[in-house]
Amino acid sequence: MGLKEQEARAEEQQFTTVSTVSPNWVTTRLDFLVNWARKNSLWPMPFGTACCAIEYMATAASRFDIARFGMERQSFSPRQADVLICAGRLPFKLAPVIRRIWDQMPQPKWSISMGACASSGGIFDNYAMVQGIDTIIPVDVYVPGCPPRPEGLMYGIRLLQKKIEGESITDDDLREEHLVSPSGLFLPAARVDELSEPFGNSVHQTRNA
Amino acid sequence: MSQLSSSVAALRTAFGDAVERALVSCGDSIVYVRPERVHDVLQWLKTEPGQTFDYLTDITAVEYRDPELLLEVVWQLRSLERKADLRVKAALDKQAPLEVRSVYDLWRGADWLEREVFDMFGVVFTGHPDLRRILMWETYAEGYPLRKDFPLRGHFSRAEQTRQALAASPETHYSLTELSIASAYHELPKDMRERLRRGERGFLK
Repeated sequence: MGLKEQEARAEEQQFTTVSTVSPNWVTTRLDFLVNWARKNSLWPMPFGTACCAIEYMATAASRFDIARFGMERQSFSPRQADVLICAGRLPFKLAPVIRRIWDQMPQPKWSISMGACASSGGIFDNYAMVQGIDTIIPVDVYVPGCPPRPEGLMYGIRLLQKKIEGESITDDDLREEHLVSPSGLFLPAARVDELSEPFGNSVHQTRNA
Repeated sequence: MSQLSSSVAALRTAFGDAVERALVSCGDSIVYVRPERVHDVLQWLKTEPGQTFDYLTDITAVEYRDPELLLEVVWQLRSLERKADLRVKAALDKQAPLEVRSVYDLWRGADWLEREVFDMFGVVFTGHPDLRRILMWETYAEGYPLRKDFPLRGHFSRAEQTRQALAASPETHYSLTELSIASAYHELPKDMRERLRRGERGFLK
């Protein structure tokens, strides 16, 4: 090994070793870092309307404790919230309210539809009830159950965290605001009708029944 | 328990043929009254010594599946003093306009009860000071949900229902009267009065 080779190796090492001088630094993918920060500090905006809200409270309280997943602070103001959790049935009278709360939340934002009623109208296939909040706002995770146990909601939250892991900050489509269109609907009318179709035991009923 | 209330006999002496059939159901006395005399009967039941039905528990209505049967408006009365109950019913012809006199002047609590019956059944209480919908929003145009000719999912398509719901302004659901501050309006701070007058709930600069 010649002297020149040794010098070259020392020079090479200078560029590849991690600095031991404080402060230290690391390299990573920016997406990974941002998503890691976002998914572990989700502040929930609880929109509790019915019995699912009771399960939500249990999930937030000490026994199950969603603070373990970074949901340390319940954000009762939409301006400081990251994830809207609709826990319970949504009557048409509350539709403009949840829509406004969703519009008030700053990006990045996600939503969880908790329970059968929020996801599909549930047993309330009647004149007063929204047949799934996905006809009003975009939904990221649906949690089934009537009401879901805290474990169910926590699984939904973990799924949302997994979803956030796969996002990219350069993907503008993810952060696009889906506003109510001039037609007065968030989805096309035919899509709303299709989503609101009866299902399960209620298929025997017609619109005129 | 299955005895007919003594108030029924007293009613018959006081009002004669304005009082129709009476029966006992599950221990409760029910008396049918001609609709045009209901207000007089209820006033008498409230004020007559020995009756003193001073508490109006509920007002509701019943429509039967059989189209021949009449629509019944129900007043559930309670005497707090005598610990006695009485159910008064008036049967209305569905072909004619559904009208009955309001008892708001007797019990202030009838205000919202009558609004609910109007909202759900379309019964008009004449003399009510503020007969508006109370559960459904005021621009609701599909009809009266608890009537038998009302389809379970409403008359409009889901898309139309959603469109109308999203077009509603959440603020307009609540009027000054409903917020129970109408009487205290002049004692409120000036800026709050101004905001309420404009129908706002926050500052816009």
